[in-house]
Amino acid sequence: MEVSLDLLLSAVVAGILLGGFYAAVSIGISISFGMLDIVNIAHPAFIILGAYAAYFVNSTFGLDPILTAIIMLPVFYLLGAGVYQVYYAVFERRGDEALRGLAFFFGLLFIIEVGLVLVFGVDYRFVEAPYIGPTFRFGMVDLPLRMLVPFAVSIVMVVLLQLYLSRTFIGRAIMAVSQDRLALQLMSANPGRIKRIAFGISIATASLAGAFLIIIQPVEPSVGRDYIGRVFAITVLGGLGSFPGMVTAALLLGIVESITATFYGPSWSPAVAFGILLLTLAFRPSGIMGR
Amino acid sequence: MAALLEVTDLGKHFGGFTALDGINLAVAPGERVGLIGPNGSGKSTLVNCLCGTLRNETGSVRFDGKVMDGLPAHQRTRLGMARSFQLPKPFVSMSLADNIRIPLLYTVNVRRGTHLAPAELDGRCDELLHLVGLAEKARRRPRDLTQVEMRKLELARAMAAEPKLLIADEAMAGLSHSEVDDILALLSVLNERGITVILIEHIMRAVMSFSNRLVVLVAGRKIADGLPQEVTRNPDVVKAYIGE
Amino acid sequence: MGAKRFWLIAILVGAVFFGLSLMAPNQYYFQAGYVVLQYIVLATAWNILGGYTGYVNFGVAAFFALGAYSSVALYKLAPLPIPVLMLIAGIVSGVVGLGMGYLTLRLRGAFFSIATLAMAVVMQTLITNWDYVGGSRGAYILRPAQVPILGNYIVYLFLIMLILAVITIGIARSIERSRLGFGFASIRDDEQAAEAAGVPTLRLKLVATTLSGALMGMAGAPLPYYVTYLDPASGFSLSYAVNSIAMPLIGGMTNWIGPLIGALFLGTIQQLATVTISSALNLLIVGLLLVGFVVIAPNGIVGLVERAVERARGRR
Repeated sequence: MEVSLDLLLSAVVAGILLGGFYAAVSIGISISFGMLDIVNIAHPAFIILGAYAAYFVNSTFGLDPILTAIIMLPVFYLLGAGVYQVYYAVFERRGDEALRGLAFFFGLLFIIEVGLVLVFGVDYRFVEAPYIGPTFRFGMVDLPLRMLVPFAVSIVMVVLLQLYLSRTFIGRAIMAVSQDRLALQLMSANPGRIKRIAFGISIATASLAGAFLIIIQPVEPSVGRDYIGRVFAITVLGGLGSFPGMVTAALLLGIVESITATFYGPSWSPAVAFGILLLTLAFRPSGIMGR
Repeated sequence: MAALLEVTDLGKHFGGFTALDGINLAVAPGERVGLIGPNGSGKSTLVNCLCGTLRNETGSVRFDGKVMDGLPAHQRTRLGMARSFQLPKPFVSMSLADNIRIPLLYTVNVRRGTHLAPAELDGRCDELLHLVGLAEKARRRPRDLTQVEMRKLELARAMAAEPKLLIADEAMAGLSHSEVDDILALLSVLNERGITVILIEHIMRAVMSFSNRLVVLVAGRKIADGLPQEVTRNPDVVKAYIGE
Repeated sequence: MGAKRFWLIAILVGAVFFGLSLMAPNQYYFQAGYVVLQYIVLATAWNILGGYTGYVNFGVAAFFALGAYSSVALYKLAPLPIPVLMLIAGIVSGVVGLGMGYLTLRLRGAFFSIATLAMAVVMQTLITNWDYVGGSRGAYILRPAQVPILGNYIVYLFLIMLILAVITIGIARSIERSRLGFGFASIRDDEQAAEAAGVPTLRLKLVATTLSGALMGMAGAPLPYYVTYLDPASGFSLSYAVNSIAMPLIGGMTNWIGPLIGALFLGTIQQLATVTISSALNLLIVGLLLVGFVVIAPNGIVGLVERAVERARGRR
């Protein structure tokens, strides 16, 4: 197998861009699982929902997908808050085991996926936008705009969220809740409300991540399943609750997947993330920069 | 008399934080040891390291002449070290009798020469529940119990394993005056039967009346170890703990 | 009721059921019945690890499809009778269950569940890239010309799955009443307390994973002969996982009756729905029922019945 430098470099760059997108996909889980300890395995389904929302608006009104996603942010936020209310009322207050919570989200994942199949069918859908198609040439390296734009917006989103969490009152309350619920109760802030806000934010990110997804590749309802593994692999590898760790892990995964796809073929890509996840869980569960 | 429990130079870190630093402790059979210290001094961490729930990084633990390091918690229990939890952890889906049955099945029935037949098991469950005053509620579930009853169940369950050493981790927190006396009486009965007891507690009068030896932990270090009356007069102890 | 008596009754019920089934008007009954029986096995097997021990396995497909694909692999080598295939599939899936458990059972329950999902995808990717068993194009299986008994191949498969269902239920019930069952329940209720009470939690969890995986693999072994064409997408379908979780949850997770009731209830609904309405809508129903029961009746149908009985008797 010839390993040309050109090919390797392209693969790495593509991997970095892919990694940026993966960061957007995982940041929601970083919040819900990393900080709130809620195993929302339905998160990828919300991302697909976001992708279809962008598709629908784009094909009906011709609106740019990222713009659509930004407009849809409050809708997804409310959706997340609503889901959290149900989760809180049914599970956390009863002190029930994680088992039912897991089954709940799993059922949700399934319902969303099947619902999308019923409404949109199983054909692949895609969006139209001026930056899907053109490619920058940067020396030896190709930078497809359809990867570059999501990458850029994703980085902006991650930075903004990090600032929000560290600078605003509610953001810091969220960080506090993730570390010590008792302390928060003593401070007489209501952890339930804080968690609801955080979960709402986590689902809101799915709106944007969904737009990125459908810009990067055509989408059909079951695509979300490939992302369950990726998302949790990144969150676990990066260490729960650590944004810089998560971004690092996302970039790493992107690069490894890209190289695998380039040299071994794309049919091995799904296994990469899950394989990394299994290895991480088996040997170093606290991740790269764990708490 | 050889020590039942020998802790040598035990150390435990959580990341950069040192929870326990060079703990040395020897407990003789039959002793009633009180372990006290301010919040965060490492008492629970010590219990967890002794029982195998946590792994200590440095130092070693010998129990009954055997090295405990590396052994999982269930094996330590089988060898005779039992503990009760600070926040009671009952098996909620089972009756009280079945809660007691679990340690019987998995410790007593596993040791050589002490296998109990099913009828004997039932009898032993009732016996233990009777000892802690919960016999009438044998068929009930833990959710029907009051706070102090749950503490008693916790102790009964620890005792079902027929331990040589019982570590009672804050078994009396939040209980009323007479409830504390209840638990103390129970622990005394156990001690009279030959069980060595380490009592971890904040309630000073309980510790003082029960212990014939007092150990003080502050910020992960042992700062005092001796007769209760002397330890409580130790200026370091007074400064760090009692003089709040 | 003692163990021996239960086995006797179970076998008797199975035999009577089979005898009555032979009077069915058409072949479709056996085709649908096979699927329901298969789900009884999957649901009961899942429940050993999920309901009894408290560890949620999302990677049902990994074990089930592994069983199916071991049959495919062996088909190319030499035709073997289905019971033998089942045994081999059981061993293969059991070993995989053991390995997976060893890697992941030291982690918290949530991590274990995610790892099971990871396993399923890794396995699917491996099989998709394995040309010997057909890869993504799938494999065709020809049913043997001579049917071992009964003259009708579908009836034969139905009988085999019925026997496996009886065995699985018998195993589940035996576990419930045994020391192992108590151990599992203690792990489910409070693993730390169980460990402190002398229960070797890791070992028991490995037993549960291995047994559960092996039974699921055995349920998958006849699948290629049932469908005659198998590809990874259908073998590893997520609907197996959803059903295996929904059925015990809806039926009741704490004993052997729950998965049976759940499988009969949900399995029958699905068979009817697939015929009368679309199969996608049928899956939606499963998802909605799963979430509905999780939220409203977490102890399943068995739990609802128990509560009604308690209320009728008046509080103790």
